[in-house]
Amino acid sequence: MTGQHTPAGATASHATASDVTLRVNGKPYTLTVDHRRTLLDLLREDLDLPGAKKGCDHGQCGACTVLLGGRRVNSCLLLAVSLDGCDVTTVEGLSGDGEELHPLQRAFQERDAFQCGYCTPGQICSALGMLAEAAAGHPSHVTDPAAPADRPVRLDRPEIRERLSGNLCRCGAYPRIVEAVEDVIP
Amino acid sequence: MKPFAYVRPGSVAEAAEAFAARPGARYLGGGTNLVDLMKLGVEEPGALVDLTRLPLDAVEEVPGGALRVGALVRNSDLAAHPLVRERYPALSQALLAGASGQLRNAATTGGNLLQRTRCPYFQDVSKPCNKRTPGSGCGALEGVNRDHAVLGWSEQCVATHPSDMAVALAALDARVELYGASGVRTVEAAEFHRLPGEQPQRDTVLRPGELITGVLLPAATAGLPSRYRKARDRASYAFALASVAAVLQVTDGVVEHAGIAFGALAHRPWRARRAEEALLGAAPTAAAFERAVDLELSAARPLRDNAYKVPLARALALDVLTRLAPPAATA
Repeated sequence: MTGQHTPAGATASHATASDVTLRVNGKPYTLTVDHRRTLLDLLREDLDLPGAKKGCDHGQCGACTVLLGGRRVNSCLLLAVSLDGCDVTTVEGLSGDGEELHPLQRAFQERDAFQCGYCTPGQICSALGMLAEAAAGHPSHVTDPAAPADRPVRLDRPEIRERLSGNLCRCGAYPRIVEAVEDVIP
Repeated sequence: MKPFAYVRPGSVAEAAEAFAARPGARYLGGGTNLVDLMKLGVEEPGALVDLTRLPLDAVEEVPGGALRVGALVRNSDLAAHPLVRERYPALSQALLAGASGQLRNAATTGGNLLQRTRCPYFQDVSKPCNKRTPGSGCGALEGVNRDHAVLGWSEQCVATHPSDMAVALAALDARVELYGASGVRTVEAAEFHRLPGEQPQRDTVLRPGELITGVLLPAATAGLPSRYRKARDRASYAFALASVAAVLQVTDGVVEHAGIAFGALAHRPWRARRAEEALLGAAPTAAAFERAVDLELSAARPLRDNAYKVPLARALALDVLTRLAPPAATA
């Protein structure tokens, strides 16, 4: 994991940019990044992947949510230089090669789960990360503390709402977002 | 944001060396608070020492029944860990009451302890703040202070510590493991954060260059009934207005062990030692809980906008204690 690129080691230079290799949607990219570059800006400005959105840029809205190693994160708060060797999936990477939409994307369309659509890529990436967490038995704030740790958590509406609370929708499409997520629960 | 150097050390010792060699260095964990503060201009590090690849990401059983949590264990993984859920439910509940799923996936155990106050005067570089710029004054003391401290504040600073996790750690008698130039030491989680006094710029007892390597959850509180409850302005994804973590052991009808800590009332998690002492040896009745909690909160000195915190914290504590006590005791 460590050591392949310039920033490794305690004696690294005073450089303010470094080489980084990332896999984004399955494709490797090597580029020199200013240490200040966030993952969100790298995706949008350097890799021409504008799916992840810049809403608040402070980790408060969730519009920038992507999957890092399969886990949902706020890309606006991650420094690209720290992600050397990591795997990133953005909303652009969810559909198959044949451009067929991911079932959750289809559910958002069918349920009309957005108005302006600005928060939608973040909502979808967050929901996918959330579904994996629940399948792995991760509890939420509203899960019964006595629930067994080794079984998937059943996602009722309070669970979905709580688990997606990191994604704001200022159009207020929440009821339909919850319905769209319900449509793809296994 | 100002340009900065970036270092990725291969060991804890290398990390401490790299930090010491670079004036203005900061350790980088999940970055969920530090990167935000850099965007706000509150933090302007000359170098980041990235700790995230260090092998401090395990939750391990220690001989004797304690649990050791590596400093880089992510908040989501700690909350979901079967042994944490089983033995220290208040800790899992506190973690899950904080932030969002995305933030918990990034935030680390050590970083959670070291997050800075969300006082708006601290986060706005155009405002006076003794914590950010010592000697500049406190904008909150006579400003908008609805979210601020009611216990242990000073004329210099009325900020609160924002962590939920730290409140549970304080109540559970956890210890924080620190690595520094003079070796490894541990301090009580309840004593890790400071009261502001005359030096509000110092949040914790960390010495310069020291880094958190882990948190120790003691055998003594493993498996005891514990709970966390938090009040906030919306149902999810908001900092606490007041919160409480409590551990309560009742044996033969009397309280044998009580650990109680309040969140969002002070510059640090507020361990309610007076309430605990009042409960020890007493029957866990509603009247005993009220007496103990009132004794603790009698020290509160609310500011202009936050007198509501005292009855709110009282109600939270009474609810949590009542739920922890055997049903017959409080009936």
